[in-house]
Amino acid sequence: MSAAPAPARPIVEITRLAKGYRRGDQDVPVLFDISLVIPEGDFIALMGPSGSGKSTLLNLIAGIDKPDAGELLVDGEDITQLSEAQLADWRAAHVGFIFQFYNLMPVLDAFENVELPLLLTSLSRRERRERVETALSLVGLADRMEHYPNELSGGQQQRVAIARAFISDPTIIVADEPTGDLDRKSAGEILGLLRRFNEEMGKTIIMVTHDWHAVESARHVVHLEKGELVDAPAPHA
Amino acid sequence: MYYLRLVFKNIFRHKLRSFLTLVGLVVAILAFGLLQTVVNAWYAGSDMASAQRLIARNAVSLVFPLPKYYRDRIKAIDGVTAVAASNWFGGIYKDMTPANFFAQFGVDHENFFDLYPEFRTNPEELLAFKKDRRGVMVGRLLADQHGFKVGDVIPVKGTIYPGNWEFVVRGVYEPADDTTITRQLYFHWDYLNEEMRARTPRRAEQVGVFVVQIADGSRAAEISQAIDREFRNSLAETLTETEKAFQLSFIAQTETIIMAIRIVSFVVILIIFAVVANTMAMTARERLAEYATLKALGFGPAFVAALILGESS
Ligand SMILES: Nc1ncnc2c1ncn2[C@@H]1O[C@H](COP(=O)(O)OP(=O)(O)OP(=O)(O)O)[C@@H](O)[C@H]1O
Ligand SMILES: [Mg+2]
Repeated sequence: MSAAPAPARPIVEITRLAKGYRRGDQDVPVLFDISLVIPEGDFIALMGPSGSGKSTLLNLIAGIDKPDAGELLVDGEDITQLSEAQLADWRAAHVGFIFQFYNLMPVLDAFENVELPLLLTSLSRRERRERVETALSLVGLADRMEHYPNELSGGQQQRVAIARAFISDPTIIVADEPTGDLDRKSAGEILGLLRRFNEEMGKTIIMVTHDWHAVESARHVVHLEKGELVDAPAPHA
Repeated sequence: MYYLRLVFKNIFRHKLRSFLTLVGLVVAILAFGLLQTVVNAWYAGSDMASAQRLIARNAVSLVFPLPKYYRDRIKAIDGVTAVAASNWFGGIYKDMTPANFFAQFGVDHENFFDLYPEFRTNPEELLAFKKDRRGVMVGRLLADQHGFKVGDVIPVKGTIYPGNWEFVVRGVYEPADDTTITRQLYFHWDYLNEEMRARTPRRAEQVGVFVVQIADGSRAAEISQAIDREFRNSLAETLTETEKAFQLSFIAQTETIIMAIRIVSFVVILIIFAVVANTMAMTARERLAEYATLKALGFGPAFVAALILGESS
């Protein structure tokens, strides 16, 4: 484990956040009064029963959805104040996504999938190529660059997705059950990769998971029960 | 560049679906074409009508007859080779159900079948028909349908010509080819006329239409005019047209059916639209995850919308 968590700067600051969904003419509250600070370089495992609001919270942090009330600062910026278009730009620059079902573009090969977020940057073609090749090498897929998603195993697809999440050097990485669809061995590889990115490159990762093995890779565990945070011991404490 | 590639690659992703959509469209278009063909076929029945036969009828309406003596005057007109009377009888056989309906005509027994070579007759039967005042010739189809044989007596209840009529089958004529319809019964116009003379003399010596045979089909228009000119300003003016045109005027009465077919055509067009819309929706729906991913990665809504449109077009 990396040793010095010394004066960690807060990267995500959540204050009294609330979110509900409207279903017909009924309000369904999902998150109540959530307050949470995530320091830079942390690796959070967000746990809780199904339907407790984990994905909802993750989507708020990632700027995919907007809260009903409360403050949500990421790297000092209150993203609840951004418009849809501003949010899109903000996501492109600050957030890396990893999904349970990889969500790769089936018509693009591994290289092009990883390159996708860089198309929103001003990088030249050559710079993009260098970066993509580095990223794919880091996840151990240097020899699979021209493979299409359906030619890759689940674990390999998720590694492509991880490369895609890290390629634009985002402020935070959000992962919603990244090992949920994988066997033990592949899941282990994925968790190992996340841990390496976290420990060696200081990336902040917020991961929703049901998997206790996944929890062991994290630095802190946050429990969500019926839309509220409950205290729980961190496995690495 | 990427946008184009995403669009292009996605179009070819579902080979089967693209293929099925295409098949659906082709079937719909063929169905449309078929309906047009049906409409055309409707008119085609009149194609079997010989171009060498004209029909002279009362100019006012078909329900009014022509005097019998017109026959000789028509025959005298240049280009006319033969004339035969034909009279719709409209009797009821057994009952009024469609299954028992068939057309009966009182015709000039001496030469009517000469004018209709598409009805193949047996010379002996034809002779027997000509000799018997109550004799009839029935078509093969009709004979088979009701089991009529030579010698059978067919009782028919008159409507236009009231009373109970009895006809004796003297022959069965055969179709010359597939387009020939043999569901009619032909009897002696003379028989009808004699009965009328006895019962309602006012209605005697009247003929429904004259079938006019001409030597040269290309002169049909000219000869038709000549016939009509012959009877201009007479008691019963004639309207002469080719047999085909005559039959078409019946078809025009079935305009509603053609209307229905046209409506079906429009329904087919709507189906085409539905097929296309469905494909579009299906493509978009199943790729929601992809669009959501692109959105999450920071691609704007305009890009995603352009992608959906680009792919389904
Ligand atoms: N778009 C939506 N519209 C309405 N209700 C929603 C919507 N998204 C989520 N919910 C509701 O919010 C609640 C929390 O959903 P959420 O997806 O955050 O749960 P979760 O903790 O991620 O569950 P799981 O572990 O099964 O993924 C659920 O009751 C869900 O039905
Ligand atoms: Mg979830």
